[in-house]
Amino acid sequence: MKTRTAGLFVVVLLFGVSALLPVEGRQSGSAAAQQSAKAESVYAEIGKAPEKARAKKNPLEKDRDAVTAGGILFEQHCAECHGEKGGGAKKGPSLRVEQVQTAEPGAIFWILTNGVVRKGMPVWSKLPEPQRWQLVSFIKSFSPGEKPADQ
Amino acid sequence: MSIRKLLFAFVIFVFMGVLLPTRSNAQESPYIVTYDHYLEEPGNLEIEYFSTFGTQRGGNDFHAYWAEFEYGVKAWWTTEFYLDGQSTFGDSTLFTGFRWENRIRPLKREHFINPVVYLEYENTSGADKILKEVEGHDVESDYAAANSALRKEHDHELETKLLLSSTFKGWNFAENTIATKNLSPSNPWEFGYAIGASRPLGLKAWAKRCSFCPQNFIAGVEMYGGLGDKQSFGLHDTSHYLAPAVAWNLPSDWTLRVSAGFGLNDNSHRFLLRWGVSREISGFGSMVSRIFGGRQ
Repeated sequence: MKTRTAGLFVVVLLFGVSALLPVEGRQSGSAAAQQSAKAESVYAEIGKAPEKARAKKNPLEKDRDAVTAGGILFEQHCAECHGEKGGGAKKGPSLRVEQVQTAEPGAIFWILTNGVVRKGMPVWSKLPEPQRWQLVSFIKSFSPGEKPADQ
Repeated sequence: MSIRKLLFAFVIFVFMGVLLPTRSNAQESPYIVTYDHYLEEPGNLEIEYFSTFGTQRGGNDFHAYWAEFEYGVKAWWTTEFYLDGQSTFGDSTLFTGFRWENRIRPLKREHFINPVVYLEYENTSGADKILKEVEGHDVESDYAAANSALRKEHDHELETKLLLSSTFKGWNFAENTIATKNLSPSNPWEFGYAIGASRPLGLKAWAKRCSFCPQNFIAGVEMYGGLGDKQSFGLHDTSHYLAPAVAWNLPSDWTLRVSAGFGLNDNSHRFLLRWGVSREISGFGSMVSRIFGGRQ
């Protein structure tokens, strides 16, 4: 029993320490500069989308419900990091900037599918393709440059 | 601190988790044994409770249960802590041990097949009946003895898995191979497998908030079993299960799962009914950091 208690203590300690490790997006020191540099490196990932992925058209482009449905999905899956109105938050950069708004829908879809795993954005391929396109429709519906309430 | 006090602390912790505000909808798979390649979002904590009701020939039926605390350390690393227990009808109720699991995603991008490396340390007694995985020559008769006899056996195990998973047209296909080593030198490596397929009932999201819309339900089936050990690899004296399962991802951040497992041979429990409930807490890591006055 003593061995088990000691083992349990060690595991709980390690598990607890893992919760204190820096999570992507937490700020410290020159927080703003760090966040800005991180945002730029994440935006740069959009440019890495292959030609074939960029060329993909949004099949739900003319679906009137796509933006509304995408907005609900955004609130459920993306708002925590990117802010409720997509203006960016501590963990994720703004999606209202030119780099995102001028990107091809296919490039944004590619980022959603692949994530930017080493920089903290998880892969979202667990959402079926139509839901990812609904998210693209919502993200592309932002007015570029507009200052959202959550920024 | 005694195990009971520690357990009590965790129960309080679970209830705190229930009361914490959160904004994320987890979109969990229905699998209970099989793993796909999706990890916990970084900084989020998922608190889960699972039950297994199992029939037992030559002994008493049982209800085994476990609590899981799953934390996304990085987008490529998830760590998870388990506490196990069981009640055997007409016998007793026991705390049966703990597990610490880590899943690491080695590749940066999505591929047709996505690998994840799984490492787990287990410190459990022989009375552990959660059947979170089936490996080696695990058979139904191993669980027939009284709890007082089973609890005398202590297992310190290192469990490794290679998780492979693909997503295609809304379907997920996952294949797990298991290799487990009891850390006492005389025990050989044991092997097992789990495979699963699942799909949401609706691929497009509805343009309104809803609990019962089809995209919130994910149905699937999983199959798992043992493959013997290093000294006698193969299907003889092994047990196997087929289990249809469904997950319901509620907009209120809760996920409910139910799975009915059927034994496929005479070495298997005839029936395993499993259910689980989980809730994801967004931003848990930042919250803990704030409590300790650290970085935000």
